[in-house]
Amino acid sequence: MRSLDRRLVRRARAVRVLLAADVSLGMAAAALVLAQAILLAWIAAHAFDGGSLRSVVFAARGAVAWGFEVAGLRAASSVLSQLRLELVEQRLRAHPAALDGVEAGELAASSVGGLAGLEAYFGRYLPQLVLACLVPLAVLGCAAVIDPVSALVMLVTLPLVPVFMWLIGRFAEERARARWQSLRLLSTRFLDVVRGLPTLRAYNRSGAQREAIAAAGEEYRRATMGTLRVAFLSGSVLELAATLGVALVAVTVGVRLDRGGVGFQAALTVLLLAPELYAPLRRLGTQFHASADGLAVAERLLALLEAAPEARAGGKLVPPSLTAATVVMDGIVFGYPARDRPVLDGFDLTLEPGETVALVGESGAGKSTVARLLLRLADPDGGRLTVGGVDVARCDPELWRSRLAWVAQEPTLFRGTVADNIRLGDPRATAEQVQAAAVLAGAHDFVRLLPYGYDTRVGDGGRQLSAGERRRIALARAFVRDAALVVLDEPTADLDPESAEVVRQAVERLACERTLLVISHRPDLVRSADRALVLAGGKATALAEEVPV
Amino acid sequence: MTASRRLLELTAVPRRRQALAVLLGAATVVCGIGLMATAGYLISRAAEHPDVLALTVAIVGVRFFGLTRPIVRYLERLASHDVALRSLARARADAYGRLEPLAPTRLDGYREGDLLARVVTDVDALQNLRLRGVMPPLVALVAGAAAVAVTGVLLPLAAVVLAAGLLLGGVAVPAVAVVLGRRAERRAAAGGRLSAELVETLSGAEELVAYGAAAEALERLRRADAELVGGARRAAFADGAAEGLHLLVLGATVTGVLAVTVQAHTAGRLDRVLIAALALLALAAFESVQPLAQSARELGETLAAGRRILELTDRRPAVTDPAAPAGLPAGRLLLAFEDVRARYAPGEPAALAGLSFRLEPGRKLALVGPSGAGKTTAVALLLRFLDPEAGRVTLGGRDLRELRQEDVRGALAVAGQGSYVFSTSIRENVRLGRPSASDADIASALRRACSWEWVSELPDGWDTLVGEQGGQLSGGQRARLTVARALLADATVLVLDEPTAHLDATTAAQLMDEILDAADGRSVLLITHRPEGLDRMDEIVALAPRPALA
Repeated sequence: MRSLDRRLVRRARAVRVLLAADVSLGMAAAALVLAQAILLAWIAAHAFDGGSLRSVVFAARGAVAWGFEVAGLRAASSVLSQLRLELVEQRLRAHPAALDGVEAGELAASSVGGLAGLEAYFGRYLPQLVLACLVPLAVLGCAAVIDPVSALVMLVTLPLVPVFMWLIGRFAEERARARWQSLRLLSTRFLDVVRGLPTLRAYNRSGAQREAIAAAGEEYRRATMGTLRVAFLSGSVLELAATLGVALVAVTVGVRLDRGGVGFQAALTVLLLAPELYAPLRRLGTQFHASADGLAVAERLLALLEAAPEARAGGKLVPPSLTAATVVMDGIVFGYPARDRPVLDGFDLTLEPGETVALVGESGAGKSTVARLLLRLADPDGGRLTVGGVDVARCDPELWRSRLAWVAQEPTLFRGTVADNIRLGDPRATAEQVQAAAVLAGAHDFVRLLPYGYDTRVGDGGRQLSAGERRRIALARAFVRDAALVVLDEPTADLDPESAEVVRQAVERLACERTLLVISHRPDLVRSADRALVLAGGKATALAEEVPV
Repeated sequence: MTASRRLLELTAVPRRRQALAVLLGAATVVCGIGLMATAGYLISRAAEHPDVLALTVAIVGVRFFGLTRPIVRYLERLASHDVALRSLARARADAYGRLEPLAPTRLDGYREGDLLARVVTDVDALQNLRLRGVMPPLVALVAGAAAVAVTGVLLPLAAVVLAAGLLLGGVAVPAVAVVLGRRAERRAAAGGRLSAELVETLSGAEELVAYGAAAEALERLRRADAELVGGARRAAFADGAAEGLHLLVLGATVTGVLAVTVQAHTAGRLDRVLIAALALLALAAFESVQPLAQSARELGETLAAGRRILELTDRRPAVTDPAAPAGLPAGRLLLAFEDVRARYAPGEPAALAGLSFRLEPGRKLALVGPSGAGKTTAVALLLRFLDPEAGRVTLGGRDLRELRQEDVRGALAVAGQGSYVFSTSIRENVRLGRPSASDADIASALRRACSWEWVSELPDGWDTLVGEQGGQLSGGQRARLTVARALLADATVLVLDEPTAHLDATTAAQLMDEILDAADGRSVLLITHRPEGLDRMDEIVALAPRPALA
């Protein structure tokens, strides 16, 4: 079990601060443990009322426990915040291909929901780790001074705890995990049944399911209890080792005390110290889960951060206007880090002002990659992208993108109103301009019917829109932007014929006075293009006109 | 009856199992107390150098408690987990039983996203009600009472001090934890906002960059992040406080017990050997109240989950069976809508405004219209998931409200988008149509739904698992599977609810042809917004779109 990732310590200042805080608190805690035992024994031995002294020690112990928790929780939230902001910034600034294949939802879940795991790790596991190192040492040292024989007994019994902990790590944790997994499975099955309730009722089968659910729960309980009988055994053996350790110390000390081998105050001190010897180690064992979960989150984010290549610095030139300049992709080579072969390998494309070019090809051929490169969401590994003879890499990327509009294959609707989403194309657009764009995009007809029209909230937590409706809102973005070059990625894919027709008409309106690159496999869209190119094997070839599509 | 009582009923387990778990939990703590107290006595007594025999009882006591504690603890963990699992199984079955008559019209989740997923998570959370909500306080009560009683026998004043300390640690500290924990709840809300912001920014990153909106998005994200981190920092001070307070109360109590015992010894009322024993006893007794702060905070969350479930299960079903149901005539039946108007709840906009049609036995009728025109509502009325506000729906000449729900549904079979595909095998999904059907019947239904071929080509044939909501199948395969299920059901009316949704035109036309061929002599009600299959209908009824708001 690895306890701390070096990369985390290097990267996050908060972790270094926390470690320093934890070690000093740990030392204070160890000193207090000793002080408390010695003091208690002294009071009992001398029948002395040392109330105020004891209160100070207990208050100090409380403060130390509080300090550990505060330091850990603060560090956890700082570290996670730092990691997730770095990650998002990188995703927005650098190569978007870096996160190729990583689900945004999963990432968000771990970088926000992972907080509980990291809090447990920093707030409970790390302090416990520090205590598990420092307190037994302090206790042993103190016992060695007060009563060497007891120290020896402690030294012999102490290794039992880590050995059993190792056994638990190997054996019980795996079983426990498998058990929780099957519990999740049962919960998913329950969800499936609840979701299908209308169908079950329609087939008069809903009553029978109730018994099935009860039976499945009972069956699961029986199976789980079988596993638990074994899983808890190892924990109990561990506790047995610790308790017997205390008992052993108590009995040997008692017998030796009786024979005069040791003084009462020393004996009582040792007895009070004995539980403190095993407790931190045992608690460390129970925090095992937290450590694993918390570390897994941090490691996942670190791996993502380190996998991304550095972004290339953008140029400063002002790109020529696209209404007059020709865009040329010349011998472009591009590959994703996760795949061994380049997606584009000597890809050529010329876009004359005002023409509509269709790019067809099988899925995975690299059509969407062409769109990304055009928008400079990624930089080619080889070849050049020029506009009017100027290398786009030397132009200001923001300025270059402001001349383009893009309709992604699966457009994202951001939280906000329909109008806000259309305004992504041009934040200064007036309500009239937004509506005009929606009319042109064929979106007005359905937006009008929404409960609040253009003020209807969409995106996460808002109104769900169909694929065709989302596509039309994205088209409206392109209309409101009024860019000279528009890139459309599969605008009609997966739409029913009705929606596809609305979108097709909108694309035709968009083609007026604009340069259009349409990525599609739909024959109707290809037919209305001026030229069609086929993308295969990383290269583009002209589509012969006679070939029926 | 209060919500907590009803939740306890929802998660009811046999009383004696609950009692066993509590007693074992208390016994664990008592063993710990016994171990420390006898050890303290042993040493104090040994210091007086008596005969070894005089120490034997104490030595045996130390050994006994040392050995017993892990064993009792083991049994306690088994018993308490048994209670948790039993209560979960009970809560699931019970919640299901209460949700069942509400589906789908009284369950918003059917229409508004995935509310049901939350219900399921909430039901899962109920297993903590007994494990963390009910048992720890009971354990603390029993074990604490035992510790106070033993102390009371030896020195009543020390018992008073201990009782006060335990009360403070078991009631006041958890109360403080709960109050401070409210901050944590606000933090959870901030976490939700940030999470939504993150998903959106990450999944839409390319579009944000392409449209030059990345800087603003990052700024928004930083604000949401700062809100969460700020909240977390403030909460951190509070979170640690319960832990610190617990130790403080413990310290004060042990100090108090020591002061009282030392004083009693000085006054000659207490044997010296008992000073250490009583102090150690008090120290160990605090183990019983230690988990209470945590469980008090968790209890709040569990109760909130429970209240959400109750809120849902308290809804009145949309339909009920009549007191004296009429019988459904045998044979093929006429289905008719007579100027039917419907809405889902008073105050909501009309979902259906005056629909009339007659479907004669053996004929085929299509109900067409754009989305939002009330097609889904028509199916809900037909299956009697909802009753009309005005007008009536009749089957075989009888108003559906005079019939038993089961009889109505038995006469109908629904296929298409509105028919759910369960995460099990193809065979089990089809069998749902008629559970008593033989494998041969199922095979024949699959053949009639033109599915035998593709099903037999799958590696596991009809035992292939279809994945969550049929995700492993194509849209056409899912539609055919529901058709096979409906054909197996032996109903007189086949309701095809958007069977060609999400299919391209060629596949859709072919599928409709096949389904209509397979329908034999059944009446067919096709509900669609697409042209495929309409050429084979005897009659087409158009549903007008609902008027737009302003």
